[in-house]
Parts: sequence; C-alpha cells; structure tokens
Amino acid sequence: MRDRLLIFSGLFLFVALVTFPMWQGIAAKTSTRGPDVQLPANQKACVAPRSYMRAAHMQLLIDWREGAVREHRSRYTAYDGKSYKVSLTNTCLSQCHGSKEKFCDRCHSYVSLSAPYCWDCHQDSSSTAATMASATSAGRTP
Amino acid sequence: MKITRKAFLRIAGGSVLAAGAGKLVKAISDVAPPPAAVSGSKSTAEGGRATTQRWGMAIDFEKCRKGCDDCIRACRLAHNVPRIPDSAHEVKWIWEEPYEKVFPSQRTDYGRQDLAGSQLPVLCNHCADPPCVRVCPTQATWKRDDGIVMMDYHRCIGCRYCMVACPYGSRSFNWFDPRPYIKPLNSQLPTRTKGVVEKCNFCEERLADGLLPACVEACPQKALVFGNLNDKDSAVRQTLRARYAVQRQPELGTEPSVFYLV
Repeated sequence: MRDRLLIFSGLFLFVALVTFPMWQGIAAKTSTRGPDVQLPANQKACVAPRSYMRAAHMQLLIDWREGAVREHRSRYTAYDGKSYKVSLTNTCLSQCHGSKEKFCDRCHSYVSLSAPYCWDCHQDSSSTAATMASATSAGRTP
Repeated sequence: MKITRKAFLRIAGGSVLAAGAGKLVKAISDVAPPPAAVSGSKSTAEGGRATTQRWGMAIDFEKCRKGCDDCIRACRLAHNVPRIPDSAHEVKWIWEEPYEKVFPSQRTDYGRQDLAGSQLPVLCNHCADPPCVRVCPTQATWKRDDGIVMMDYHRCIGCRYCMVACPYGSRSFNWFDPRPYIKPLNSQLPTRTKGVVEKCNFCEERLADGLLPACVEACPQKALVFGNLNDKDSAVRQTLRARYAVQRQPELGTEPSVFYLV
C-alpha cells in the first residue's frame, strides 16, 4: 500500500475531470434549467399528447405535410377526436402557439439544433410585419 | 392429467391449423370484398374526387380586354407570387404573352391581323401527359387524379429539368429569396424559397373548399371558364362545345387542359 496516495489522487483527478461538465453546469446554474418556452395561454391540449409531441412533433409535421400536399388530406383528427385543419401557420401558430420565436426557437436553440427550414417558405404570422418592414428598407437588388 | 407426447402434438398441430385457416379466410375476404361495399365506397369515401375528374379552363380571347390584368393580380394575391422586375428572374403563374408566342405555328402574314401583337393570358396547361412530371428526378412534381399538375416544394431540389421539359415556359425558378418582392405579403399563405421551381396549381386549395380559381373569379369579363372536362354538362364543356377552341402546341402530344377560344 505504498502507492496509496498516488492511486487515490489519480482516481480523484480522473473523477473530477470526467464530471467536470456537470460541475461547470451547476456552477453556471444552467444544467437544471429547461428552455423557457411560452406555452399557449388559451389552449390546454395539443393535437397529440404532450409526451408524443415532445419526442415526435417532427414526424407528425412530416405526416401532415405529406398528407396535405400529396394525398389531399387537409384535416387531421386528433387523439381526442377534435378535428384540425392541417396548417403549420394557420393552425399550429395562429390558433395556439402564437409565436415561432417564443415557442419553437426557444427549445430548438436550447438543444443547439440548427433551425429547420420550414420557415423559409411557411410564415410566422407574428413576424411578417417585421419582415415586410426590413424588405422595404433593404435594397431591391437580389 | 398427464399429456402424452402424441396428444400434445395433436393439440399443437390443430391450433396451428385453426390460426392459419382464420388468416386465410381474412386474406380472401380482403382480396374480394362484397360487391355492395365496392360501389358504396367509390362514391362516398373519395368525396367526389374520383378519377372521372379533370380540371380544365377555357380562355375566351374575344372577351379578354386589352390592358386588364385583374387575373394576374388576383393570382399574385392568392399565392404570394413575387413581382420581380428582372425578366431573367421573373416568377410567373399566370402572365401575358403576345399571340405569336402563344401560338407560334399559327403565325401567318395573312391571318387575322387583329390578333397580331395582342396579349393573351397564359398559365400552366396542366397537361394530361405532362413532360415536366416525366423528367422530375424526385417526384416533386406529379399529376393528381383530378388532372392538376402539382408541385411539392418540400421535395424540389431545384434541378430545373422540368423547366427544360415544359414546352410552354410555365415554370419559374427562384434564383433568390422571393419574399422581398411579394407585395402585399399575405401572412396566412406560404411563400416559396430560394432554389425551388414554382408554377400555377389551378388554385387547388380553393378547389378543395369548393371555390373557383382566383383568376377565374377575378375576371370582370368572365373570359376564363373553369370546370371539369370529364363532365359533359360542366361550364367549360358547354363553352367548348359552342365555340372553336385551340390548345397550345397540341402537336407535342401533351394534351393541355387549357383551351383558347378564338
């Protein structure tokens, strides 16, 4: 047991190094704080249970997209029997979530996800006014 | 009670046979449903969207007024179509072309002189045999069972094969973000993005709601007649019966769904 000091200091160093990101998070008080998502004030239920939407909203959106664009399915019947018009801007955003910035973006940036390209075409109705203003002030040349 | 090996095998074999027979009966009934169910589902389940439908349009050249662009403006509003001044980057859904370009084979020196140089509204012909659909490598454009040649902008990779294939120039490429050129921008509708091809969709979203296409509704002269080409009593078929109509370049065999009454 002559190397006790060496072994234990090495072990301690190893554990400290491995758990360093955790300590850093605790010190910065970030690791336990979730994304500051603004939930819809007027609605209680989404088109699918919350756990499913958290894990698989992208799959649901792709199903909606394929259905609406390619298979003439313009309405979606939710798990609770409610019928919704299939529309990202006019149903998801306008009816419930309100703002892309305060809902989608906050969680996406929390998990360091590069923004999905939905919004290249689909519009965030809350930010359209801002887009138009910047378009008029910016140069007209491409 | 003790089960002998022989009895066990007999019971197991009998169970497998029973399960298999059940599956077989189900498979047979799926393949050949009772005739009543077939005739019932055809009309109700598809909600009148059977393959008997083919949307088409007739454009009455006599009624179309010179200098009026109500149809074009209505289309821009209905679909967030940008207005790009540079003709090389233009995005066109319904637009005007001179008569000689719309009907290049009918250009003669001794034809109807009043038609020479006049502008005609042109749009995607929603061909029965669309060459653009045939060349699309990603099936981003396809022909629906109601005759509309649709675009799936999600799937378009911007290769522009369809633009080369279309003999009518009905397709436009977005060389840059079109949003700054859309005025006024309707925030309820999507726009297109840089790098996709777009074109007229016969207002399929309005048709789904039972409305006429925006251009047809906007025309003050009722020069655009829209309807189901496969229904012999539809407005468009009645118009086509009464008047002499031509298609754009029918010799190409694309069978356009847009007719011009001359």
